[in-house]
Amino acid sequence: MTGTFVGMPAFPAAARGALADTQLRHNLAHATSTIRAKRAAVVGEVADWEDLRLAGAAVKERALRSLGDDLVRLEGALTARGAVVHWARDAAEANRIVVDIARAHAVDEVVKVKSMLTQEIGLNEALAEQGIAAWETDLAELIVQLGGDLPSHILVPAIHRNRAEIREIFRRRMGEVGRPAPEDLTDEPAVLAAAAREHLREKFLRATMAVSGANFAVADSGTLVVVESEGNGRMCLTLPEVLVSIVGIEKVVPTWAELDPLLRLLPRSSTGERMNPYTSTWTGVTPGDGPQEVHVVLLDNGRTRALADETGRQALRCIRCSACLNVCPVYERVGGHAYGSVYPGPIGAILNPLLKGTGDPQTDSLPYASSLCGACFEACPVRIDIPEVLVHLRAQVVDGHRDDRAPKPEALAFRAAGWALGDERRLGRIERLSGLAGRVLRRGGRAPVLRRVPGPGGAWTDARDLPAPPAESFRAWWRRTGGGRRR
Amino acid sequence: MRVALMVTCVNDAMFPGTGQAVVRLLRRLGVEVDFPQAQTCCGQPMVNTGYLDEAVPAVRSFVRAFEGYDAVVTPSGSCAGSARHQHRLVAARSGDSGLAAAVAEISPRTYELTEFLVDVLGVTDVGAYFPHTVTYHPTCHSLRMLGVGDRPRRLLEQVRGLRLVDLPQAEECCGFGGTFALKNADTSVAMGSDKARHVRETGAEVLVAGDNSCLMHIGGVLGRGRSGVRVMHLAEVLAATEESVPAGAGPIA
Repeated sequence: MTGTFVGMPAFPAAARGALADTQLRHNLAHATSTIRAKRAAVVGEVADWEDLRLAGAAVKERALRSLGDDLVRLEGALTARGAVVHWARDAAEANRIVVDIARAHAVDEVVKVKSMLTQEIGLNEALAEQGIAAWETDLAELIVQLGGDLPSHILVPAIHRNRAEIREIFRRRMGEVGRPAPEDLTDEPAVLAAAAREHLREKFLRATMAVSGANFAVADSGTLVVVESEGNGRMCLTLPEVLVSIVGIEKVVPTWAELDPLLRLLPRSSTGERMNPYTSTWTGVTPGDGPQEVHVVLLDNGRTRALADETGRQALRCIRCSACLNVCPVYERVGGHAYGSVYPGPIGAILNPLLKGTGDPQTDSLPYASSLCGACFEACPVRIDIPEVLVHLRAQVVDGHRDDRAPKPEALAFRAAGWALGDERRLGRIERLSGLAGRVLRRGGRAPVLRRVPGPGGAWTDARDLPAPPAESFRAWWRRTGGGRRR
Repeated sequence: MRVALMVTCVNDAMFPGTGQAVVRLLRRLGVEVDFPQAQTCCGQPMVNTGYLDEAVPAVRSFVRAFEGYDAVVTPSGSCAGSARHQHRLVAARSGDSGLAAAVAEISPRTYELTEFLVDVLGVTDVGAYFPHTVTYHPTCHSLRMLGVGDRPRRLLEQVRGLRLVDLPQAEECCGFGGTFALKNADTSVAMGSDKARHVRETGAEVLVAGDNSCLMHIGGVLGRGRSGVRVMHLAEVLAATEESVPAGAGPIA
């Protein structure tokens, strides 16, 4: 029922398709500008926002430095409070653990709290292979799941859909997997939300097992934290008998007090709210209250690889707020699917290569999916210098091809440019040639503009004019006129 | 004060009028600039495409050209950003500690034109005259990498005859992005089209910015649409006087 990112083309080709989807362009422009305005308003209210960003970044940075110790403390605290802790190296191990727990309880369905990590590892698909249905209960995730679609945003995965499309999905699909949408369903947001509530309620009340991620894991106390807006998470975390939480190892913070800046930064950066409506925290098993069997799967899946990258490791500070997506001019136009990953946008452009490693053409295209405008860094609540990491990863991509038998034309061009720019005389000779071309092109009083050039420059002139080169470079003018003192 | 002009490779080869405008403008303000011949390019095209080794010769040229000057002035936010923020990366990659030391020494004395005018010379009224309706696009690297803030605006507001109109969503990237404009041409053009639309909404005759590379892109989109709006580097506006109002088209018709 769900699509797959496997086999997606590299970014430029995927983006071309997305850019041609006029409905998508309209939906994205509307949604991102709405969220941007909300975020700007609530961030503007906080006088010490920049200090708060520094504090948030410092907390996560400190946590990453003591990660090894903190993970062991987390395991100890969780175990002491009755939780079962599992360690998973990769997606396959994590999925196997969840499947085994589900089998042990003979369940054929689980309810899910919205979780990026379970999407990263393809948990729903792994469960489906074993005949276990995983029901997404977050409204937007439900829309994506019912539509057989892929998420296109970290926070609002159905951002590419508008109300009319959502109404159609509900009408056509809800009945196939549970309570159908009411006959008189309109595309009013409140009406759509009410239909989802009715549809999900029977799943909440029936399910005996839930799967969640976690926004934070406190090493000291063994407490997991989930923040959300809809209350569906609270339902999943409290109603079923068995709760399995899959937590990326970078989610650990050493102490409870260190949640402070992060819980203040996250809602304002993500939903543009002063405070998120629901903050659920739980610590192992509480007898007679909530799930009586609690599992925590601590997952690496490339995080230690990212941690080993001195420039790139700052990406592990990410708290998945998606502020960088909402301000990104590239994301705003192409949407999330073009990135070929559950992590789209600027953070996805660095996180995917850091977690998976470079070397695959699709992954290698992601660090280039940016104009390096810097809006993401400015918005990031934990000050991840995304442009810096993008440039660093581009160098990694290029270095991965340095020993190629047949270098790419681009590599040869940059090698030649490097040579020419090492000596002003070489550059001067090239400029004299371009000046000659400029004189020819401007001869006869034709407009000094090129409408079409051959070769790679065609990518420019396909949609943009290009000025013809001037007859004389600045360098030549300076020499000829003594810096403008002679005519 | 010994002041050097870092004209940038794009201006040198494609827009010499901008370099000439900086020379005229600074001379009018009593600053005699040198043009060290050893300069080539700041190396940013290579760095931002991932070719760090290939950027080393350009950074060496930069150091050779500008060592010993009190200030290096450049009519480009992007190239100033490259000198201030990226040269140390290239120097570190070269493994040459001498280059790293030279870079550390010159980088902080590299100024984008409006920083030099407002912060070093302490002027906002440069005695310019430009009787046109103008809108201003703050380029990303000048805005977010250097933090030039409202300096360009303060300079433009003092230009006699100039009517400055606000550009909607001014701070959003135009989509140039160096090799991004070619490697992701479709996305780049989509961004450029939106920027061009906002420019046209203002009704301005001239779009002004501090980076000719961004202007080449926006101007290229405006020109392809035969929009009748011209683009012009800020330096050329500030250099204009009643005696020497630039005639006709800017870089792109």
